Amino acid sequence: MNELLTPAVFAIQSRYNGQVSEFRDEVTLLVPAEKIIAATTTLRDEFDFDMLSAETAVDYCPQTTPRFHMVYIFYSTKTHQYITFRAPLNGDNPSIATMETVYPNANWREREIWDLMGIRFEGHSDLRRLLLPPNWEGHPLRKDYPLGYEEVQYTFNFDDIDLRKPKGVR
Amino acid sequence: MREIQEFTLDELKHLFTPQAITGETMVLNMGPQHPSTHGVLRLILELDGEIVLNCVPDIGYLHTGIEKNMEAKTYQKAEVLTDRMDYMYTMGNNLVYCLAVEKLTELKSPARADAIRVILLELSRLQSHLLWIGTSALDLGAMSVFLYAMREREMILDIFELVSGQRMMTTYIRPGGLWRDVPAEFNDAVKQIVDIFPKRIDTYEALLTKNPLFMDRTKGIGKIDTKTALAWDVTGPTLRATGMAHDIRKANPYCGYEQYDFEIPTQTTGDIYGRYKVRVEEMRQSVRIVEQALNKLPFGPVRDNNPKFVPPPRSEIGVSMEALIHHFKLWTEGFTPPVGSVYSTIESPRGEMGLFLESDGSPKPYRVHYRTPSVPLLQIMPILSKGCFVADLIGIIGSIDIVLGDTDR
Repeated sequence: MNELLTPAVFAIQSRYNGQVSEFRDEVTLLVPAEKIIAATTTLRDEFDFDMLSAETAVDYCPQTTPRFHMVYIFYSTKTHQYITFRAPLNGDNPSIATMETVYPNANWREREIWDLMGIRFEGHSDLRRLLLPPNWEGHPLRKDYPLGYEEVQYTFNFDDIDLRKPKGVR
Repeated sequence: MREIQEFTLDELKHLFTPQAITGETMVLNMGPQHPSTHGVLRLILELDGEIVLNCVPDIGYLHTGIEKNMEAKTYQKAEVLTDRMDYMYTMGNNLVYCLAVEKLTELKSPARADAIRVILLELSRLQSHLLWIGTSALDLGAMSVFLYAMREREMILDIFELVSGQRMMTTYIRPGGLWRDVPAEFNDAVKQIVDIFPKRIDTYEALLTKNPLFMDRTKGIGKIDTKTALAWDVTGPTLRATGMAHDIRKANPYCGYEQYDFEIPTQTTGDIYGRYKVRVEEMRQSVRIVEQALNKLPFGPVRDNNPKFVPPPRSEIGVSMEALIHHFKLWTEGFTPPVGSVYSTIESPRGEMGLFLESDGSPKPYRVHYRTPSVPLLQIMPILSKGCFVADLIGIIGSIDIVLGDTDR
C-alpha cells in the first residue's frame, strides 16, 4: 500500500469498521452503509480527498445479502491518490444516504444510479431519472433486466408484445 | 402504444423560483435539437426578460446503453463499443479501457506501442480542440475560424485512416498494445503536421485572441472559481482556467507521459476567455509532445507477447499450431482475467476520463462504468449561466466543450 494512503486507511478502518482489501495496488475499503457519510466526511476534511471522482453501483444478483455494492472513488489533488469505498446494500429495493451533502457533484451521479440501478438515495434534492424517460419501467443495469432478444414493437402490435415482455424488476 | 412522458413544470418546481409557477418569469425550452447545443441537449430555461435565472439541463437523448451492452460481450468485442461514446476522442476511450484491462490482466504494452499511443492521443486532443475552437467561435459569430479548423482536422483524420482504416471509430489501441504497427508513411504524415501546426495555431489566434468582438463576448462571462470547480468535480481545461494546474498526464502518468517535456497551461480568470486561452496553449503543448514522441520513436514489437490474452500475429497462424489454437480460443471464448475491480484514468480534452471495470473471472466484464468528464461539466451549467444573457448561454455551452455521446453513453 502506498504510504500516502496509510493514515487515511488506518483511520477509516479503526473508526468505522472498514475492511481493507488491495488489488493491483488499488485500495478498497468496505464500509457499512450506515456509516458511509461519516466516513467520507472524515476522508474529505482530515485527509484532503477533495474530489468524488466516480460513483457507481454493482449488482450481484441473484445474491441478496448483499445484492448491491455502492462504489465511491475519491481522489486527492494534493497527493494524487485514489481510494475506493464500497458500501454493501441488501435486498431488491435498497436505499442509502445521499452523498450530495459532502460532495455536491454526487447529485447527477446518484440520479444516474437511481435511473439505471434502482438504488434510492435518502435526502437527495432532485431524485428524478437522468437518462431514461420519466415513465420507464425497470432499471436496466440490474442483472435481472433482460438484454436484447426481444420482439421489436411497432405501433400496430405494441400492446400485444408489451403484455408478454419480461420487464425486469419494476 | 405507450407515449414517452415529459417532465411537467410541477415536477421541476423545486429547481425554479416561485415566480416561474405564477407566470411572472418565463420558462422556455431550448433544444433538444438546436444548432448551438453541440448534440442532442435540452435546456429548460427560466428567463426574466433576457436574463437566465435558472437552467435545467435534460440529457439522455443519446443514451445507447453502452455499459449494459459491454456486460454481454467478451473483453475484445466490448472495446468496439467504447469508440461510440466520446466521438471526438475515440482513441482515448479505447485507451482508458485498454489501460483497465491491462491492469486487470497485468499485460504490459511495449515501448513502441506506448510512443505511438501518445502520438495518436495527442493528435486526437488536437482534432478535438480544433473542432471546439471552430464550433465555439461559430456560436459567437466568427465564421471563418471554423473553416480553417476543419481544414487542419481533416489532416489528422487522414492519419487515423492511414493507421486504422477508419477516420473516427478506430479501435486501433488494443489491450496489450496496438492492433498492428503503423505503415511506413506514418512518420512523414505526422512530421508534416508538426511542421505546419504552430503557424496554423497562430492563424487562429490572430483571428480571435485580440478580436474586440470576441473579447467582449467572452471576458468575465461564465465564471467559476477553483473551490466550486473541485466540489463539483470539474476537471480539464475548465478547471485549469481557474488557476489550478491539474492534469492526469502529470499527476498519474500513463503510456510514458513522464518522459515528455510539456507544461500545463493555466489561466486565473475562470471565464470563457480563460478556457479559450488554456485550450489554445494546450494545442501548442500537444504539438510539442507529438514532436518529442516522433523523434524518439523506438523500434520493436507493438503488442505484448502473452498468447493467453493477446492474439498472435497473422503471419504465425499459418505455420504454428499453438498460434492457431490461441487465435481460435481468443476469438471464440475470449480471455479470463482474475476476479477483482480496477479504476483507470486518463486526461481527455474535456477532463478526467475514468473507467471502473469489475471482473468476476468470466470472459465478459461484470460491470463497466465510464466516469466521463462531460457529465460534471454539464451539471454546473446552472452555476455558470446564472444571471447571464441567453446569447451568452450559447457561448458558455460552447466553452465547456461537451460531447453529448460522452454524457449519455
